Amino acid sequence: MTIAEMEKPNERGLQQVAANERLTFFGLTLPYLLMVTALIVVPVGWLFYLSFIGRDGSFSFENYERMVKSKAYIRIFLTTFKISILTTIICAAIGYPLAYFMSQLSRKWANICMIGVLIPFWTSLLVRTYAWLVLLQKKGLLNNMAIEMGIISEPIKLVHNTTGTLIGMVHIMLPFLILPLYANMRAIDKDTLKAASSLGATPTRAFWTVFFPLSLPGLLAGLLIVFVLCLGFYVTPAILGGGKVIMAAMKISSNIELYFSWGAASALGVVLLVVTGIILFIASKLVSMDQLGNR
Amino acid sequence: MNETSLNISIRDVTKKYDQFYALKDVSLEINSGEFMTLLGPSGSGKTTLLMVLAGFTNPDYGSVKFGDEEVILKPPHLRGIGMVFQNYALFPHMTVEQNVGYPQKLRGVNAAEIKRSVEEALSTVKLEGLGHRGITELSGGQKQRVALARAIVFKPKILLMDEPLSALDKKLREEMQIELRQLHDTLNMTTVYVTHDQKEALTMSDRITVINDGELMQLGTPNEIYEHPNNHFIADFIGESSLLPVTVRNGKASLNGEEIALAEGAEKSGDFLLVIRPEKAFLADKKVKGANYFSGKLIDSIFQGESQLLVIKITSSNDDGYEVRVRVPNESVTQKALPEVGQNVTIGLKAADSYVVS
Repeated sequence: MTIAEMEKPNERGLQQVAANERLTFFGLTLPYLLMVTALIVVPVGWLFYLSFIGRDGSFSFENYERMVKSKAYIRIFLTTFKISILTTIICAAIGYPLAYFMSQLSRKWANICMIGVLIPFWTSLLVRTYAWLVLLQKKGLLNNMAIEMGIISEPIKLVHNTTGTLIGMVHIMLPFLILPLYANMRAIDKDTLKAASSLGATPTRAFWTVFFPLSLPGLLAGLLIVFVLCLGFYVTPAILGGGKVIMAAMKISSNIELYFSWGAASALGVVLLVVTGIILFIASKLVSMDQLGNR
Repeated sequence: MNETSLNISIRDVTKKYDQFYALKDVSLEINSGEFMTLLGPSGSGKTTLLMVLAGFTNPDYGSVKFGDEEVILKPPHLRGIGMVFQNYALFPHMTVEQNVGYPQKLRGVNAAEIKRSVEEALSTVKLEGLGHRGITELSGGQKQRVALARAIVFKPKILLMDEPLSALDKKLREEMQIELRQLHDTLNMTTVYVTHDQKEALTMSDRITVINDGELMQLGTPNEIYEHPNNHFIADFIGESSLLPVTVRNGKASLNGEEIALAEGAEKSGDFLLVIRPEKAFLADKKVKGANYFSGKLIDSIFQGESQLLVIKITSSNDDGYEVRVRVPNESVTQKALPEVGQNVTIGLKAADSYVVS
């Protein structure tokens, strides 16, 4: 008698159990699926539709044409990318050494440092941005102190320009870089560094040949999150840029609030979304998507 | 002296953490080309001592010499040792070849020579042809071999190994023990091997250093350590043994008033523990001269494949009695004659096998 002819005890029942398990998992994800559909898929679809509606209410490409032809729009895109790239680079320059330092500490001290990173992260964005305004403005704390100490004679313009925007944005974005990077660095087996050193590598050499390459997934994840968040950032550049640094999100806002042009605003939003999508796609080829959600 | 290896001279190495000594005035001479095992339970200080040799832990004071050269103040990368770590510590972002070639690259060896030496090292550990594999594609045993190849590719004079086989399953571990031993005999570098597995230590070592609580307890060949343990800790830790409290007077031991003839220890006097190795004790039908006998009751009998383990409670004047284990080899003839649980039995131990420890 072959196996196929033999009785297979409980075969149907076990298949039913597996089917029930699948159903349970689907049930658990259902609330999120509904929320995503209602709050993301539908509105984005609606925006996408609006972006192809011209001033006269008919189907047209005028919203997109304007973006390509108008110098103002091109300047806004350039500013958005410049600020985002600069913020990302500065975040990496400050965040990498800090994350490295934290990853080498004992758990206890690393957790204490982590609180230092997280407290600003948990503080309201608006509060932190206005706090920077207080610190950086012409008669602000920083300028007054520098003048009193005789370092400068005239107040330096630290806010309502690119400098102020960058300072504020770097401060806000830093935790988004540090969290995934630190998690990645913690997971690096410390014995690999010991191994490198026992095999003859100086500490510097061991860092560049072993630690740094192993920290790249975390670094890329952090860079990506910061860059993508920067592209659509509104509050901080609006307040600290003082209207002189205009990024894409601010133009979207003014299109709607000043000109009531939903079509133009939607087109900008769609372009921003597509650019973000392309960046995420390229990045996903470089680093596994798990790392992006990894804290 | 052999030019492929160096002797290691450890003197007064002490490392204290708060009130606790990880190492306490440890002095040890390891011969050139020797396979020395540091054996001890976890937390005994054996790994700390290895880390001191490698340069990853700095002792409070002490001296470590490789050959005639003091190395205790040297950083790890200048010590020229090969090291194999417990969890392999391979570089996951490099291929097998790149891992093994890493120390050669650091030493500025040219590409052709790197290729040749990597191939040689890989063939030494029987991994020919796997050079292009990624680390994650390897099995545990293969990873261990890569780690070993990486540690020997630059022909270090000293090889340190920190429980390198502990992550492998039993069968593979036993194969690797013999392979590592053979490899050592071929390469002839001074090898310091850390393990908590006494059987592994007995299998592989030229000499064993037993460490407990940061102190050296005994140093000797596997045979010496097994047959002549210094104290009850070693008698208990190395191999199986049952320890019976006895009183020794004038070279004679007594248990419950019955006299026990000893192999040695004529000078000793006082309270000691009689060591009974399960494989040396035997079931006795009739008493002959030159052996000690204990009568008791069989309370458990366990079939373990190659042998049958009998647990016997020795009849004693006090209520508890003592448990003694006896191992009977699995031979068809003796198997038949095994007593039933609950039966009274007499076990024998030759006087030559009877010794006491403090």
